[in-house]
Amino acid sequence: MRGCFAIYYRELLILKKKFFRQVASMSVGPTLYLIAFGLGMGKDVQLDGHSYLEFLIPGLVAMNSMTQSFAIASEINIARFYWRIFEEFQAAPIRNIAYVTGEVMAGITRALLSVAVIIILALCFGIVLSYNVFFWLAVVLNSFVFASLAVCLAMLVKSHADQALLTNFFITPMAFLGGTFFPVDRMPHWAQKALQFLPLTHAAAAVRSASFGQMPGWFSYVLLAAIGALLFVLAFYCVNKAKD
Amino acid sequence: MIRIEKLTKHYKTVRALQGIDLQVAAGELFAYLGPNGSGKTTTIRILTGLSRPTSGDAYLHGFHVEHDTLKVKKECGLVPQTINLDHELTVFENMDIHGRLFHMPARERLRRIDELLEYVEIQERKSSPIKQLSGGMKRRVMVARALMHSPRILFLDEPTVGLDPGIRRRIWSLIKRIQQAGATIFLTTHYIEEAEFLAERVAFLDEGRIIAVDTPHNLMAHLGSWALDEIANGEMETTYFKDRGEANRHIQGQEGSFSLRRVNLEDVFIFLTGKKVVP
Repeated sequence: MRGCFAIYYRELLILKKKFFRQVASMSVGPTLYLIAFGLGMGKDVQLDGHSYLEFLIPGLVAMNSMTQSFAIASEINIARFYWRIFEEFQAAPIRNIAYVTGEVMAGITRALLSVAVIIILALCFGIVLSYNVFFWLAVVLNSFVFASLAVCLAMLVKSHADQALLTNFFITPMAFLGGTFFPVDRMPHWAQKALQFLPLTHAAAAVRSASFGQMPGWFSYVLLAAIGALLFVLAFYCVNKAKD
Repeated sequence: MIRIEKLTKHYKTVRALQGIDLQVAAGELFAYLGPNGSGKTTTIRILTGLSRPTSGDAYLHGFHVEHDTLKVKKECGLVPQTINLDHELTVFENMDIHGRLFHMPARERLRRIDELLEYVEIQERKSSPIKQLSGGMKRRVMVARALMHSPRILFLDEPTVGLDPGIRRRIWSLIKRIQQAGATIFLTTHYIEEAEFLAERVAFLDEGRIIAVDTPHNLMAHLGSWALDEIANGEMETTYFKDRGEANRHIQGQEGSFSLRRVNLEDVFIFLTGKKVVP
């Protein structure tokens, strides 16, 4: 497993070099959502005793931790298809599990950074929520799920263009339907059932409960941990498969 | 040393390697010659643990490439055909990450980076981002990076492709120095003069099969010392002679365009396969 720190270190170096660009780009989406949906559309909306802004921020935390941890797929693809650095990693005496761990750790780090950006933005909008241990645990598990998924898909795609296609199929629908912008329980019964299959629905619910100071349901945490573990193992097999 | 036994590699319908048997001695500079698609890179990928063989065995210093992959990877350094440096990072950072990947302690990494950048004469560009380097400099950084963990075997896959003649010769002298320092070098190239100048032994590869292995001198001696190129009816024909006098006697009394030159390895390859070694 020693090699995972070399992989992680490389991703951190890249992140450090692009730090201000990354942070700026991480802020654009949430700022627009907060202005458009929070201040504009949801100004007079109350949901379960909370303002729409208070409702929206945990949703954005869940959504952004998903998109930012999944974004590691693009970094892997650039390294694999453009710079061909994946070959350098493969030629090193490190196990594929170390490679997957390093990349997943990098994905989680990106996600945590993006959540920090949202917390600062929330403060600018005058919203203070409870960022307790359950909040951060939900964020980490959510990032673990999507960083592992990112490594899987990055190994399966045959070109950088395929990656964008997969993002459209997996991430965009989840971002809009996984309880980010509206409560899932307001959807028709059949839709609620279907949305329970999305990991983001559980992540958004867990993050929201924690940030409202409520005791989150353990089921969401167990489910996210189980899906994350499954995808992590799958990522390991996908890296093995990518060898040929 | 490198030992390859009945190695095959099939990609769906393509038979990239069709039963390779080969031995390379420790400290030898060995050239693997063949046209594009002949299986050179596939062989290197298998030997460095990047790809799995379909059948057969290969050993590096006694370690099996499939069963002892991590040990094999520690034994060898690889300079791939395409530049695979991290363009967003500096020369130092690229080499440092390589050292970390090979579990080198921090102090050793720093010492080795300085030593190797000095060795490939690029010390002054240590802090430069890769994207600011010329093609020749990138190649030298790749060689330095491959040597970071002091491998006993260095695989060079077309190390001078796309470089101008001056830089190519600079890389050649670097390769010679590496071998003189004790490393075994396995070089693939389609530049015949590169193999002739550098290699102690040469293998010709064609359509996944080794068709000849010997020293450049012995391979060329089979044909003779002199080659006479003659253009007749718009086609070039080459005839080989033991000495220059014999070639001159052949030309006497004939009309046409002739060119007399020394036999080279390309003649041997064309003689064996009927094909040219072209990229």
